[in-house]
Amino acid sequence: METSTVVVSVFLFSIIALVFMPIMTWVERKQSALMQDRIGANRAEIFGIRAIGLIHPVTDAIKMFTKEDVIPTGANRFLHAICPFIAVVPAIVSFAVIPYGGSYTAWGSSWSLVVADLDYGVLYIFAIGSIAAYGSILAGWAGNNNWGMLGSIRVAAQMLSYEVSMGISVVGLFMIYGTLRLTDIGVAQQETFRLLGFVEHFGWATAGTAWVDFIKIPLWGAILQPLPMFIFLAAILAENKRPPFDTPEGESEIVAGYFIEYSGMKFGLFTAGELVEVVVISALMAALFLGGWSIPYLPETAIIGGLSELFGPNLANVLAMIIAVHVFFAKVLALIFFQMLIRWSLPRFRYDQVMNLGWKILLPLSIANIVVTGFVILLVAEITG
Amino acid sequence: MEQILFYVFSGLAILSAIGLLVNVRNTVNAALSLVVCMLSLAVLFIMLHAEFVGVLQVMVYAGAIVVLFLFVVMLLNLRGGNMGAESQPVLKLVGGAVAVGATVKLATLLDRPLKPWADIDPEFGTVAHIGRVFYTDYMLAFQVAGVLLLAGIVAAVILAKREID
Repeated sequence: METSTVVVSVFLFSIIALVFMPIMTWVERKQSALMQDRIGANRAEIFGIRAIGLIHPVTDAIKMFTKEDVIPTGANRFLHAICPFIAVVPAIVSFAVIPYGGSYTAWGSSWSLVVADLDYGVLYIFAIGSIAAYGSILAGWAGNNNWGMLGSIRVAAQMLSYEVSMGISVVGLFMIYGTLRLTDIGVAQQETFRLLGFVEHFGWATAGTAWVDFIKIPLWGAILQPLPMFIFLAAILAENKRPPFDTPEGESEIVAGYFIEYSGMKFGLFTAGELVEVVVISALMAALFLGGWSIPYLPETAIIGGLSELFGPNLANVLAMIIAVHVFFAKVLALIFFQMLIRWSLPRFRYDQVMNLGWKILLPLSIANIVVTGFVILLVAEITG
Repeated sequence: MEQILFYVFSGLAILSAIGLLVNVRNTVNAALSLVVCMLSLAVLFIMLHAEFVGVLQVMVYAGAIVVLFLFVVMLLNLRGGNMGAESQPVLKLVGGAVAVGATVKLATLLDRPLKPWADIDPEFGTVAHIGRVFYTDYMLAFQVAGVLLLAGIVAAVILAKREID
């Protein structure tokens, strides 16, 4: 890619991340209201325009920026100042490897709907996410507060524990698709799999029989790896430290945990980081398990081919790109809704329950999944030859 | 561009390594210097087209092992001062001699005309390539490393269990 293209795409995609930040606070308030049979935030207004509560993020921002920024006595001033940024920046840069669509060629130039198409795409997100842990861990320590300290210890233990099962649970996917590149995984998920293909192997039907081809399933991660999908979701929710995994914050036990000594926009950055991470989690889940930008039974080549007959190849590519982005974001929005459902339904786990779930349930299951997946891959290779 | 990045990050790596030594008494600062050092090394790895190694450096060393250090430091609440670096003249002397010897040896090794960079295979350093090499050419070393890690885990469990019993 040329430098100018890189700059433009980085700019565009970071705007997407930043636009999500205030809107997510609105989504969270409105959805909690919906679930608790309330109307939700709708009081803030500009000249009588309430815009169904969409003014609230603006008032939040004004409040955050104008509040006094308290730095406690005995705090490590440097660490206290940079920790909110260490917590929020990794969440934003994670968007770099998320593919919003495939690559499209129109009028001689080609566009790829991903900022950095890395060979180790998923690992990049894990690596960046592990850096985010420092923001939370050091925040509690830097404030010179014992509650904060307890919060940091909980963050450190929780994030380390769940990083392991998060990484291992998706290994099965890598084995099936044979790549860690998120765009390749997206392309692979457009294919379908003949569920009854094995009957030809045993000679129960001749190749090409219609009823054998009748049942085809899309090669989505959710269908091939249903258990790891839930393990991954649980682990990555625990990484994000939102309810029900919010023991590091634990208002009722340790006041506010690791960000107890923060006020104003520095406090706001921690919340913003968590909310952006909700979007990152949804995008990653959609890209890995829910087929990315693909529509089941409708591969992208078919879409472009069909549209080309109507509008010509250039316009068809542009339209396919628009469809892809919409499909992807529809999945992302559904997953955000699902995460908010979890957040407002389940009570907080006790701390020992969090540790038990991570080490004694999720980790053994995800390791067993690797063995079973490997066995099935060999079996399928044996049958289909 | 690449040269500037190289000098910036190698300088950062060396400075943070020195910071690690200077901060013996302030454990959290020392651990943070170690993180900066690891991250700079990761950037250098990535610039050498060893992207996978670089990412693992961030994930495993910066993201897990040093977090564990910090966890222990916080659990024991080592707020500086009580972390002993007692004066041990013999060890200091030996350590200094080894450091000077290694530097001299390295300098003599590097003091020769450098070959231009060889063209590398575009496959080089990718996850697939490293996996293939691990499971074919270096199978034995890979397995031995696995057994070594298993031994470490078993040892840790035994040590922890003795304390509980």
